[in-house]
Amino acid sequence: MRLIEAKFKSLERRGEGALIGYITCGDPTLNHTPVIAEALIEGGIDMLELGIPFSDPIADGPVIQRAAVRALRAGVRPTMVLEIARKISMAHPDLPIIILTYYNVVFRMGLENFFSLAKESNVSGVIVPDMTIEESSEYRAIASKYDIDTIFLAAPSTSNERIKKIIECSSGFLYLVSVFGVTGVRERLREESINLIRRASTVSNGRIPIAVGFGISKPSHIKNIIAQGADGAIVGSKIIKIIEENINNQKEMLLNLKKYIRRLKKAALKTSQP
Amino acid sequence: MPNLSDYPIDGKYGRFGGRFVPETLMSALIELEEAYLKAKADERFQKQLKYYLSEFAGRPTPLYYAKNLTRKLGGAKIYLKREDLAHGGAHKINNTVGQAFLAKRMGKRRVIAETGAGQHGVATAMACAALGLRAEIYMGLEDMRRQRLNVFRMELLGAKVHPVESGSKTLKDAINEALRDWVTNVQTTYYLIGSVVGPHPYPMIVRDFQSVIGYEIKEQILNKEGRPPDILIACVGGGSNAMGTFYPFLDDLDVELYGVEAAGEGIETGRHAASLCAGSEGVFHGMRTYVLQDEDGQIITTHSISAGLDYPGVGPEHSFLKEIGRAKYVAITDREAVEAFLELSRSEGIIPALEPSHALAYAMKIAPNLSRDDIIVVTLSGRGDKDVEVVARYLGVKI
Ligand SMILES: Cc1ncc(COP(=O)(O)O)c(C=O)c1O
Repeated sequence: MRLIEAKFKSLERRGEGALIGYITCGDPTLNHTPVIAEALIEGGIDMLELGIPFSDPIADGPVIQRAAVRALRAGVRPTMVLEIARKISMAHPDLPIIILTYYNVVFRMGLENFFSLAKESNVSGVIVPDMTIEESSEYRAIASKYDIDTIFLAAPSTSNERIKKIIECSSGFLYLVSVFGVTGVRERLREESINLIRRASTVSNGRIPIAVGFGISKPSHIKNIIAQGADGAIVGSKIIKIIEENINNQKEMLLNLKKYIRRLKKAALKTSQP
Repeated sequence: MPNLSDYPIDGKYGRFGGRFVPETLMSALIELEEAYLKAKADERFQKQLKYYLSEFAGRPTPLYYAKNLTRKLGGAKIYLKREDLAHGGAHKINNTVGQAFLAKRMGKRRVIAETGAGQHGVATAMACAALGLRAEIYMGLEDMRRQRLNVFRMELLGAKVHPVESGSKTLKDAINEALRDWVTNVQTTYYLIGSVVGPHPYPMIVRDFQSVIGYEIKEQILNKEGRPPDILIACVGGGSNAMGTFYPFLDDLDVELYGVEAAGEGIETGRHAASLCAGSEGVFHGMRTYVLQDEDGQIITTHSISAGLDYPGVGPEHSFLKEIGRAKYVAITDREAVEAFLELSRSEGIIPALEPSHALAYAMKIAPNLSRDDIIVVTLSGRGDKDVEVVARYLGVKI
């Protein structure tokens, strides 16, 4: 069984929703990434989403855009990100590591080259927000050859019929974009998010785990989406914000990250539902 | 074998084009394609469009024989397709009127657009004002500085201009920001893209609306010369005036097509915007096409004296035409473009925009070596009023 699937299964048995943490690799420097990852893991994330920065991240809001700028300025390159993934996975062999990047980065490396390197680095899954199912046949074929999950996204504007097609192309989990918009911290969970979770759960009917991202930052958001039937939550911008706010004080940064992740993980326990 | 004018096939030009966008936009793109195909087949829509193109935008634009320039160069006959005389001073209005009608048909009253030189922003603001739509324009801060007159023009026309401060603060970043806005407001907003770029169906829609340039050339040259032209030359930023010029001639294989990119300070300096001449294949702004990128696929900052050509990508149909050899792509430096700008101003009494000055410069290069019976048509995509400050600065003249 692939790592992501196994992780969702074991969390399910324990009555937990998955907490997936996103960081941009190399933000603010390459040396930071392994220690930040450690803090998130210690805090309790179940999977790590590691971003390869891209110069033109159209699905990202200002916070993750700034992370990409810092990482690129620090000289991060795709192969370095994969190398860091490998190092983290050696220390945490059960932790699924998912690479998130834009398609041009993958395209430029070449699909074959990218996925074979990702495999060598023990990467479990890949998320490419500008890869559509229509363009994905070669991408999926090569990912599958290397046993790497292709995680596709569905959005509030996605019809049920299309969600079904997206699920057919997805492995690992289905990524629900909870809002109309780019990544970024939002105050409340919206009606459209709840609707989407319900629709996707119905269409999926347990065939694939569902994780919700974009705008998820508070324990209450996580409680709510798990209660609506999601299997996991993805948190990014708020983590980056904590990194950013403590950029010159690593000790404080790691402490705050750990504290924050602990609170979120608690909210992902299904036993904690009222 | 399909005719060249049959493309896109399944949203693709050979292996170029396609749709590489966040999922949130997919339903909007599918909806747009359906709405466009319906409008295209609708006689009333075509009639409305025709009326506005003639009465509002001032079409047809003349095909002007540049007698003085031709005589001076002593070779091929040079005709200028006078898009500089279209309303707003550039070809951009052909596309914005068409798409603004489409937005209206689709019931979207908020229109967003990106702009580089400001010409597309102005043309969007004009079309939206005329049709009673709200326009919001994204423009890089660097471009706002270079083209401040156009910023005020957009505001006069009732549009709101959003400064874009990310990245290189030019056209590519304005497109990024417009895409982010669209992802957020897709239910209520029409994205009126300004060139033959972006995800399918945009490259097709913009090309179709700009093809009025080529169809007019076809008819006008027949009236004047009794035969088709030998060579068509147009500048290529995103590539809309060039695609509009080329498209009606794609299957007339005797007509040579030249697209002219910006070589900036010279291709060898790395400070240029010549995606087709010096770039490589990539996936950017929703399309597979030639882009300027580094080894890792990061998009590179471009340079050109003309803001309208300062873009690291290019329309996918141009990538296809290059690949199959149907069109040739060349590049002209800032210096050569400014020389052509000065030359046309003096010899013909026409101040061209810096973008088509690139096309002119290439025509001036090849015309002397051609015979007097050869006919070149250069698409003069815009007038140069917006560029006089830039040129003065380039020449070190205080105004
Ligand atoms: C006058 C003029 N010509 C050409 C261009 C380049 O665009 P395209 O290549 O889409 O025609 C611009 C863009 O702003 C322009 O203003």
